[in-house]
Amino acid sequence: MAKAKITFEDIEQTVNVPAGTRVIEVSEKIGAGIIYGCREGDCGSCMMHVTDGWNNLTEPSVLEEKVLKENMASRHDRLACQAQIIGDCKVKPA
Amino acid sequence: MNTAIDVSRHRDAVEFADGVYWIGALDPTLRTFDIILSTANGTTYNAYLVKGSEGVAVIDTVKENFSDEFFARLESEVDYADIKVIVLNHLEPDHTGALPELMRRAPQAKLYISQRATSMLKALLRPSAGVFEYTTVKTGDSVSLGDRTLRFLHTPFLHWPDTQCTYLEDEAVLFSGDVFGCHYCDKRLFNDLVGDFRFSFDYYYAHIMRPFKKHVMDALKLIEPLKLKQIAPTHGPILRERPRRYVTHYRELSTSSLSSEIGGDDQSMVIFYMSSYGNTARMAEEISAGAGDVEGVRVSLYDLEGGETEPFVDLIEEADALLFGSPTINGDAVKPVWDLLSSLAVVNLKGKLGGAFGSYGWSGEAVKMIEDRMRGLKMHIPREGMRVKLIPTDEELDECRGFGRFIAQTLVGKSPEKAVIDFADLA
Repeated sequence: MAKAKITFEDIEQTVNVPAGTRVIEVSEKIGAGIIYGCREGDCGSCMMHVTDGWNNLTEPSVLEEKVLKENMASRHDRLACQAQIIGDCKVKPA
Repeated sequence: MNTAIDVSRHRDAVEFADGVYWIGALDPTLRTFDIILSTANGTTYNAYLVKGSEGVAVIDTVKENFSDEFFARLESEVDYADIKVIVLNHLEPDHTGALPELMRRAPQAKLYISQRATSMLKALLRPSAGVFEYTTVKTGDSVSLGDRTLRFLHTPFLHWPDTQCTYLEDEAVLFSGDVFGCHYCDKRLFNDLVGDFRFSFDYYYAHIMRPFKKHVMDALKLIEPLKLKQIAPTHGPILRERPRRYVTHYRELSTSSLSSEIGGDDQSMVIFYMSSYGNTARMAEEISAGAGDVEGVRVSLYDLEGGETEPFVDLIEEADALLFGSPTINGDAVKPVWDLLSSLAVVNLKGKLGGAFGSYGWSGEAVKMIEDRMRGLKMHIPREGMRVKLIPTDEELDECRGFGRFIAQTLVGKSPEKAVIDFADLA
C-alpha cells in the first residue's frame, strides 16, 4: 500500500501513514494541537494550515470549500476532518 | 436625579442624537440570562433607528416576546414603508427575535450582516423559510441613507463569530452590539442618569467578552481611532457621558497582567493537585521540581484544598501549561478538580498545554478522565499522564521529574527530538 509522511509542525512529529488516511485519524492519536468540533465538515473548528505539500491532500469538496469560505480561511487552509493524505505534507493548527 | 426620562411610562422612540432613536425594550424582571448570567435588576434589549433623507435604518431588534414594545416605539417615529435598511450587528435570538415579523412588515428593507452571520441567519429564519436577500459587509463597507452613511466594522467573536459594529459618522455614534453592553435595566436609559452600573458592566465583560480578549484587542484597534460622542450597545445604558472611558476600560480588562510582571518571554506553568494520603502531593512536588529545572518556565504549585475557584480561574487564564493531579476515588477524579475544570467557560484555553497525574489504589481512572476533559477544552496533551499505584517509589518519583521536565521543555519548544512514528504503531 502506498505510504505518505505527514508532519504536525506544532508538536514536531512526523507519522508514516497509509495513503488515503484522513488527517483527523492521525492528529488525534498523537495529540497534535488541531481541535475538532462536529467532525463532519460543518463547523470549521478543525481548520489547519498546510505549510508544505498542499497538493498531497485530496481536493476539498464543494461542502468543505463553502465552510472554509464562511470561516474566512486563508490560502492553503483545510479542514482536518475532511482532508485525506495522499503524499508527504506538513500541517499546523490554523 | 433627572427624572425627565422614564421609558417605562411610554412606548415612544427616544431621540438621543439628531435623527437617531432608541426603540428597545425593558426586561426588568429577568434574573438569569442565557443560563449562565445572573441579572440582578434585569436587562434591556436595545434596538435603534437612524433616519436619513432617503430612508430609515433599523439597527438590531429585540427578544421575541418584547416585540410589541419594539414595534410600538418604531411606529411612533416611522412607517414601515420607509425602512430601507436593517442592520444586524449580532444574530443571537435576544436581538433577532423580532426580525421575522419586521421583515414581514417591511419587506422592501435590505438586510446587512457580517459574512459569518450568513449561516446563522439561515438557521434563524428557517422556520418561516421563504426567500430573503441579504448583503454581507466588512470593515470599510457602508450603506447610504441619503444624507448620512452607516459604516461597518468587522469585529468578529465579540462574543459570537458573527458580531460587528456599525458607526454613524456624522453624529459619531457607535452601535456596538454586545460590546460595551451590560445587563442593567434602568428606565432612565443613559449612563449619566442611571444608577451605579459599574458592577454589571464588569460582570458582563467577565462572562461574555473575557474568553475573547484577543478579539477585543483587535476590535479596539478599529474602534479607538473613531470620534465617539455616544456608544449605543444592545444591552444596558447608552454611553453618552465620556464614552471613551469605557473603551479605555475594555483595553485595561483585556490586557494580560502576568506577562508584564514576569517578563515577556517566560512561560508559566501552574500545577493544581488534591491529595488524600500525600502521594499525589509527592508526585506534584517532583513534577514541579522537574519543570522548574527548565529555563524560561515559571512553575506555580497549588493545593486545591486550600483555594477558591475564582482566583484559580484567573491563574489558569494566564498560564501557558496546566497540570492537574488527582487521586482516583470510586473510579473518578475528586470533586474539587471537576469544580475547577467546569468553571473555565469564561477563559480561553485553546492551545494551552495540559497534563494529568495521580496516585491511585485500585484502578486509577482519574488521570485519563482529566486528560479527556482538557482535550474537550481544546488543550493540547503532549504526553500521557503519570499514574502511580499508592506510594510512589524513588524510580516513579524520577519519572515524575522527567514528566514535569518534558512538559516544560515542550512549552519552551525544546522537547527532545522525536523519531518518525508509524501509523500502525499508534494505539
